[in-house]
Amino acid sequence: MITLGHYLVVSGMLFALGLAGVIARRNILIVYMCLEMMLSAANLALVGFSRFHLVNGLPDYTAQSLVFFTITVAAAEVAVGLAIIVALFRTKQSVDVESVTKLQG
Amino acid sequence: MPPLLFYLLALITLGFGLMVVTGRNPVTCALSLAASFVGLATLFLSLDAYFIGIIQILVYAGAVMVLFLFIIMLLDIKAEEGKQMNLPAIISGVLLAVLLTLQIIAVVSSTAMAKQSTQSAPLELAAAAEKIGNAALLPTITNDLKTGTLPDIKLIGFTLFDQYGFHLQVIGLLLLVGTVGVVVLSKREKGGAA
Repeated sequence: MITLGHYLVVSGMLFALGLAGVIARRNILIVYMCLEMMLSAANLALVGFSRFHLVNGLPDYTAQSLVFFTITVAAAEVAVGLAIIVALFRTKQSVDVESVTKLQG
Repeated sequence: MPPLLFYLLALITLGFGLMVVTGRNPVTCALSLAASFVGLATLFLSLDAYFIGIIQILVYAGAVMVLFLFIIMLLDIKAEEGKQMNLPAIISGVLLAVLLTLQIIAVVSSTAMAKQSTQSAPLELAAAAEKIGNAALLPTITNDLKTGTLPDIKLIGFTLFDQYGFHLQVIGLLLLVGTVGVVVLSKREKGGAA
């Protein structure tokens, strides 16, 4: 029997995968993809809680509204972030995170 | 949902997610991420969140991944080969991920709410129709509930426009600002001295 716990563990594992990618990878585009993965993992936990927090016998649609807002913000964030990455590539000719060291002092 | 199907979908989601993290070629990573999002969308569908599942595919697997692939091919990024691995970062990343997973498993296994399943907590559409029918909701929602179908999109739309109308407009403004920002970001770089 599949319980809410199963969904939460899958969500947690997906988040952990994304976190490992953000820390370990050096290609800034892949770091960005891993960020998207972490956002979606949080969405899975939210939808799981929404399904099992029954209001009048229906899922709690407040949580699903929050997921809707999260997806919208993530889409806007990807557009802006990729524009920044393109601008970065034009000045550095590289997408390696270690080529950006200007703020290191 | 059948346990086997759940494990298959979780395997698709997590397996392709692992390929994103370990892949050498950015195009492989982007396509794996799209596959992972499709698996995640089917998990949403299994939680009776049909609208969220559909927009997950439309927005993430559709728009966002196309944008990623477009940028990867525009910048012509090659697979990173011959570069030495950043060993401390990889070790700390894997260690943190394992620790986080273990913590989440520990918390989930000691929470009573996490033991609910779709069988033990089914949706009560008929009861919901009676409760909601008296309130001043849209009659089409009550009709759908009476026929035993979940009016998922109608209920989300009702929640969004009834309770979060202002937030919806703020999100619209955010998208507009984002669009303008992207144009400004790309243009200034192109003009250079201008």
